[in-house]
Parts: sequence; structure tokens; C-alpha cells
Amino acid sequence: MAHDAAAGGPVAAAVAALLEVSDIVVRFGGVTAVAGVSFAVDQHQICGLIGPNGAGKTTLFNCISGIYRPTEGEIRFEGETITGAPRHRMMGFGIGRTFQNLALFRSLSVRDNVLAGAHCLGHAGFMASALRLPRARREAAEAEARLHHLLGLLDLEAVAEVPVASLPFGTQKRVELARALISGPKLLLLDEPAGGLNHGEVDGLAALLQDIRRQFSLSILLVEHHMNLVMRVSDKVVALDFGKKIADGTPDEVRSEPEVIRAYLGEAPHDRAA
Amino acid sequence: MPVATAPARAESRPLVPLAILGLALLALAPTFLVEGYRLFQLTLAVIYAVAILGLNIVTGYNGQISLGHGAFYAVGAYATAIMMASFGMPYWATLPIAALICAGLGYAIGFPALRLGGLYLALTTFALAVAVPQILKYHAFEEWTGGVQGVFIAKPDAPFGLPLNADQWLYLFTTVIAVAIFLLSWNLLRSRIGRAMMAIRDQPIAAEAMGMDIARLKTRTFAVSAMITGIAGALSAIAVEFVSPDSFSVMLSITLFVGMVVGGIASILGAVFGGLFVVFVPNLAEEISKAAPGVIYGVILILFLFILPTGFAGFLRRLAGPLLRRWRDGATTNQDGR
Ligand SMILES: Nc1ncnc2c1ncn2[C@@H]1O[C@H](COP(=O)(O)OP(=O)(O)O)[C@@H](O)[C@H]1O
Ligand SMILES: [Mg+2]
Repeated sequence: MAHDAAAGGPVAAAVAALLEVSDIVVRFGGVTAVAGVSFAVDQHQICGLIGPNGAGKTTLFNCISGIYRPTEGEIRFEGETITGAPRHRMMGFGIGRTFQNLALFRSLSVRDNVLAGAHCLGHAGFMASALRLPRARREAAEAEARLHHLLGLLDLEAVAEVPVASLPFGTQKRVELARALISGPKLLLLDEPAGGLNHGEVDGLAALLQDIRRQFSLSILLVEHHMNLVMRVSDKVVALDFGKKIADGTPDEVRSEPEVIRAYLGEAPHDRAA
Repeated sequence: MPVATAPARAESRPLVPLAILGLALLALAPTFLVEGYRLFQLTLAVIYAVAILGLNIVTGYNGQISLGHGAFYAVGAYATAIMMASFGMPYWATLPIAALICAGLGYAIGFPALRLGGLYLALTTFALAVAVPQILKYHAFEEWTGGVQGVFIAKPDAPFGLPLNADQWLYLFTTVIAVAIFLLSWNLLRSRIGRAMMAIRDQPIAAEAMGMDIARLKTRTFAVSAMITGIAGALSAIAVEFVSPDSFSVMLSITLFVGMVVGGIASILGAVFGGLFVVFVPNLAEEISKAAPGVIYGVILILFLFILPTGFAGFLRRLAGPLLRRWRDGATTNQDGR
């Protein structure tokens, strides 16, 4: 027994999941949007979260990003409970996110939008910033360096000074991605990143997500309607229907799960790009 | 109409410090080029510019609508007047204290302001502006405030035997402080804090997701804004040599708001134009028609907003935009060419 614990201990610690979602329940009045869902995302893993419309994906996503507080259950990040932590702390924990319907700072340039994502890296307050104290300047220079790397990676250099609201949808999505990445998160939460993109753009996105995972050595939780994209990039897929988990495994396992086939039956058999 | 119009400019280009230096010199020049009442009016315009800058920080940059910034202006003015008249403090020493008092007041008002969005905040601050003149008249404070009579203070002379008359010195003193405030605000609004202010204005949910503590940033922004407008009030007391409740009616708050809009919402330089506008356009209206200057002023204001809907700063930006872009593109091509 002691032997077992000694052998299991360090191994268990090394493979501990980055994100653990346990028995989450979310009710809105009479509606149970999420009814007891558990799953885990490992380090450097791309985890797809799929399910038909109204399955509870966005609600679960909002619990993890701190927008909603679950009615029941616990969410742990790097072994620490984060359920109910203030929303503005999430980025500091290392959880970055994008929004399903874009939530950019409309009147700001691409550059300032992305730099806003680096807010949690800085400490300079009103006084230090107004006086441009060395610390404030150092922080600004550091953020600037990260900015240039990201603008290059996401092909945004040419539009850096352009107000973000005047850009095409696909470009705005890349700005959101850059904004979520600049602080160097350990987990990236993406809500329907393929929504509104055409076929070519979806292919590009698939490659980009793989690339980002490698370059930033982070994990991705991908909430997506677009089955093809999820199956292509995910190491693991979790399927929801009516707020319940109906499958959890490799893309191939989940694809052949009868429950999943049933949940998606009656809808278009091919990709359901939003 | 969206409150936000100003895209934040790229910073740290060699042109910017040079432009700032040029503007600072331009601001100081009237000390020697303008005389008498005109110089006094310019002093007032500089003071209003500072007050409008304060309002613009909270309303233009942070999206918290204040229709009551005249209240902070009044408190700053009375703080300085009372410290000078009742405690015999030198005028310059009263400024930091007046600033702190107004910052504290702004912070205290910033807290309830957090719970009130948009128009409710506008009305609450408006109520503050309505209440302040009456509080200033209240007889329990009469020993310091002088009740309806107000407080008279003496005009400062130029120190160190500088060869300047009192008007010149007043302009110089006011303008040096104003330039310092504008520079510090410029830095602040182009820092991570300024960016956070605008982010919260544009999209609070995303701002929070980016790690911005909205409550903290909003209350502090309110405090800084109140402090700057309060300093303007303190300078006005020194310039006018007098404070009374009637100088700080609700109209003052509206005037500051008008100055902010015509200058350009969320624009630093726009505040300067706003200051000039609210001092000189009513004068112009008076010259055009002694009988109905209010009508003339109203017509000028409407015409102005019709022709320049994004304020003077928006107009400048539209003019300068293509030029700046060409200059910037040129600079990049040169770099690539090497
Ligand atoms: N804020 C809310 N108030 C009430 N019901 C909600 C709210 N958000 C989601 N729901 C309900 O919860 C269920 C799950 O929604 P959602 O999480 O948006 O699904 P998905 O993202 O998978 O399409 C739906 O039935 C939806 O109507
Ligand atoms: Mg959804």
C-alpha cells in the first residue's frame, strides 16, 4: 500500500489535468442548461467541446471563464479551485478567452486592442503611468515586444493602426485571438472560432490552432459547432446534449458513439458551419 | 450616438515630443504678445481647458457621463479661496491641497457612481451640481465661505522680481501648470491605465476578461478627473480674485460639457479648443447682438456641431489623417528599403 502510494504519487502529480470540471450544474430559473458535467483538459491538449444548439456549451464555457457562477460543482485550474473567483482574476490565473460574437474594443486600433490583453501583466498604476516611471516604461516595452510577435504571427501588421471596427469579420477574429494570447495564457478558451468563416479560412484556422499550441505550449478548449474542425484538430472531444455529457474520448471514439450520432441526426449530415 | 470616437494614436515617435514642445511654447507666447483683458480671457480659457480635460477623462475616455463637474470646480475654487483668506496661505501652496480634497471627493462619488449606468449617473452628477451652490450659501459654513457674499482674495504679483505685471504672471503661472497637467494626462491616457479606461468604456465584459478590475479603475478615474477639474477651479479662484456661490451654478457644469463636446470627446487637444470656445464664443455672440446673445450662441453652437459633428479634434484628425498616414507609410518603406 505504501509502495503503491510512493509509486503512484509523483506520476499522478505529473499527469494532473490542467483544467478539471467536476459535476457542474447550471440552472437559469427553471431551465437546467448544464446538468452535471465533468471532464478534464490536460497540459498541451486541444480539447473539443461539441453538441447541438442549446446543448449548454456556451454556458459551460462561461462558467470556466468566470462569467457565470455554476449552481453546483467545482472547477479547478492547476489543482486550485477557481469557481466563483472574480472575473478579472481569470486572465491572471492563465486563462485567456475569445467571445462567440466578438467583443472587441470598437473604437481602439488593432494595436491597442491587443495591448489591452496584456493588462494583467502590468502593475504600473495611475501615478507611475502619468510620470512614466522606469517600471511603467519597462512594462510598456515588454508588452510592445509581445505585440510585435503576435501581429506577425497572426498577419495583422498591416492593419495595426486601423480602428478595429472597420475591419472584416475574419480579421477581427484574429485580433481577438491575438488579444487572448498576448498575456501568455496556459489555457485558451475559444467559443466557436470558426463561426462565420468560409472553408478556406477554416482550414487556415485549423493550422493556426496547431501552430499556436506548439509555439505557446498551451492547452486549448475549443467550443465548436463545426464538427469537421473539431475532429481534425482535437486530441480529445467531449460531446454534450441537453446539458449532459454523452461522449468523451478521441475524435474517432466520439464520432462512432451512437448517442452522438443520434444527437446530430436529423440535422445536416455534413458540417454544420454556423 | 456612440460616446467613443477617438482611435488612440501611435506613440513614441520622434514627431510627438517635438510637437508637444512646440505647443508648449505656443501656449506660453501670449504672456508677451497679448495684454490686459484679452490676456485675462486667455487665462480663463486655459483654466477651462484644464477643467474640460478633467471631464473628458471620466466621460470621454472612461464613458462615465458627468453633468456635474462644475461641483468639483467649485470645491477646488472654494478650497483655495478659504485657505488663502482664512488661513493666510500663499496661493501656490493651496493648489496641491485643493487637488487632494477634490480627488477625495471624486473618489467618494465614484463609488455610488459604479452602480449607476449612463443616464442615471448623468442625472446624479447633475443633482450634485444643483446642490453645490446652495451648500456653499449654507449659513453654518458662512464663517469660511462668506455665505452669499463669497470670499475675496488678493491677486498674486510676479515673484523673484520677474519683470512681469500681475496679468502676465497669472497667465504664465496658470499656463505652466496647465501644460504640466496636459503632459501628465497625455502619458496617463497612452499607458496601460488609459487603455483600460477606454476598454471599459467600449466593452466592459471583455475588459473584465482581460483582467481589468472595473470597479477599481472607474473609481480612480473619477478621482483623477475630479482632481484635475478641481485644480482648474482653484486656478480660477486665483485668477478671478473672488469666489461666490453664483459663479458655480448648474450652468458651469453644462458649459464644461459643451466645451468637451465641441472640442472633441476623448481628445486631449480638443480640451484646449473647448476652453477657447466656451470663453470666446459667448463674447463673440455678445458683440454680434447685445439684445439676444443667447440666441446667437445657440445658433453658433448648432452650426458648429452640424459642420463638425466629431468636434474640433475630429476635424483635425480628418485633416491630419491622410498626411500622417503618408508620413508613416513613407517611414516604413524607408526602413524596409534598407
Ligand atoms: N442567460 C440565460 N438565461 C436563461 N437561459 C439560458 C441562458 N443562457 C442559456 N440558456 C439556456 O440554456 C441552454 C443552453 O444554452 P447554451 O449554453 O447557449 O447552448 P449552446 O452554446 O450549446 O448552444 C439553452 O436552452 C438556453 O436557452
Ligand atoms: Mg453557444
